[in-house]
Amino acid sequence: MRKNDIIQQAGFILLLLSTLITLFFLGAILYFVFIRGIGVISWEFLTEVPRRAMTQGGVAPAILGTFYLVMGAILFALPLGLACAIYLCEYSPKSYVLNIIRLSINNLAGVPSVVFGLFGMAVFVNYFGFGVSILSGSLTLAMLILPSIISASQEALIAVQHSLREASFALGATQWQTIKKIVIPTALPGILTGVILSVGRAAGETAPILFTAATFYKRGYPDSIFSEVMALPYHIFALMTEGTHPEKQTAIAYGCALILLILVTMVSGLAIYIRQKSRRAYGH
Amino acid sequence: MAINTVIPKKNRNIDDSFYREMKFVRMRTENLNFYYGKKQALKDININIYQNHSTAIIGPSGCGKSTLIRLFNRMNDLVPNTRIEGGIYLDDKDINGPKADVVEIRRKVGMVFQKPNPFPKTIYENLSYGLKIQGINDKTLIEQKVVESLQKAALWDEVKDRLHDNALGLSGGQQQRLCIARCIAVEPEVILFDEPCASLDPIATAKIEELIEELEKYYTIVIVTHNMQQASRVSEYTAFMYLGELIEFGKTEKIFTVPKEKKTEEYLSGKFG
Repeated sequence: MRKNDIIQQAGFILLLLSTLITLFFLGAILYFVFIRGIGVISWEFLTEVPRRAMTQGGVAPAILGTFYLVMGAILFALPLGLACAIYLCEYSPKSYVLNIIRLSINNLAGVPSVVFGLFGMAVFVNYFGFGVSILSGSLTLAMLILPSIISASQEALIAVQHSLREASFALGATQWQTIKKIVIPTALPGILTGVILSVGRAAGETAPILFTAATFYKRGYPDSIFSEVMALPYHIFALMTEGTHPEKQTAIAYGCALILLILVTMVSGLAIYIRQKSRRAYGH
Repeated sequence: MAINTVIPKKNRNIDDSFYREMKFVRMRTENLNFYYGKKQALKDININIYQNHSTAIIGPSGCGKSTLIRLFNRMNDLVPNTRIEGGIYLDDKDINGPKADVVEIRRKVGMVFQKPNPFPKTIYENLSYGLKIQGINDKTLIEQKVVESLQKAALWDEVKDRLHDNALGLSGGQQQRLCIARCIAVEPEVILFDEPCASLDPIATAKIEELIEELEKYYTIVIVTHNMQQASRVSEYTAFMYLGELIEFGKTEKIFTVPKEKKTEEYLSGKFG
């Protein structure tokens, strides 16, 4: 009896310790970025263009650039991913081919992001001739988040109880009516959660936009989808590896990192909020 | 084979004893066999469903009663790897025939399921859904149908002040009556009940049974149940099924008092099941 008690206690402490270590690193990252970054954050930093070789002024073009790239990526990836998920879940005949397709999509999610970057450069920048631009970057980011949007949408669609579909069919609805009016609205919170989490991912990625959209410095703001843009993650990378005033640039890089963290946290918070709200509304 | 005529809708509220005496066959099956993959679930079923009467299908679990009722509105189309032999007829038209329109069949033959399955929408939207998918957009007409079907389903008084609340906020019994109302709203001619009280408490069950008896005046009803008292209370005809076969079919009082088959008697007296 005593021996078991000790083992039980030891196991408990081990598990607790693991959790604490994880929390420690999370806290340390946040603390570190916050302490180093907060110093440069000001209204000017958020709203103005960089000046004097990045050492003064703000990073507004990078914030805006990240915003454009992410919106563009969602604009391409959401309709395509949702349509693909609907086809796979609702229409395609259940067969081993379907399993292979699903497996391929899951594998796509595991492809390193720099590979997407190279692909984007080869196809969108050079072959289609979009150049290094918001359009090329958005399309590349869309490729990157497509698998997660498809998976999230598939899961959300599968989670819609079969009994609701049956109820709809029994009232004389066609399959398309059932999908459009019952299945998608019921699955929407799950789909949106997937989308929002993808937004966080797309906002933070550097490699896919490295060769397709981002530039270290640009005078003023982008004026069309064919402009190259500054973006927060690439800006951090550039500040830490290029330039002539490393001591000043490092502080600014941490400032950008903090902004990026806050943006992603806000987006994830929104996802959690929507999920909670829908759970209540849909009673599960 | 009996005569097949549809009672015009406008006459539904008048004395229907004439039609009751005539016993029109509304639906019937002919040497019906049904397979899930290689497993045969129904064997040579021949049954008549009479116009404006209620028919109960009873039998132990796994006897095929749910499978049979789900064939009447082609719900088993949704189950992969199934095969039908023989015919199922609605007004003498084969519902699985090449000319059959499954949407039209399901509109004529409505269904209420084992577990209440309201849409996660408002009460009002649940009821208007069936009309809207038919392309009906007239708001006054929809509203009238919504009220009418709620009244017929004996739910109006309980929900009239919260038509725009989420239907999932209703109790289980109310949800099931809402599902009945939703079914009525599209004006079916036959209503299939697949163990409608299986997940309900005795009070909610009593209300649903009362409602089903009331609905017999307007609709042709088929009800699957494993509750023999329920069958005897609500139905005029009873079919007893066992291991995929239709053992006995006839007037409910005859089946329950003087069953012809030994199996029926054993089941009714609780020897198995």
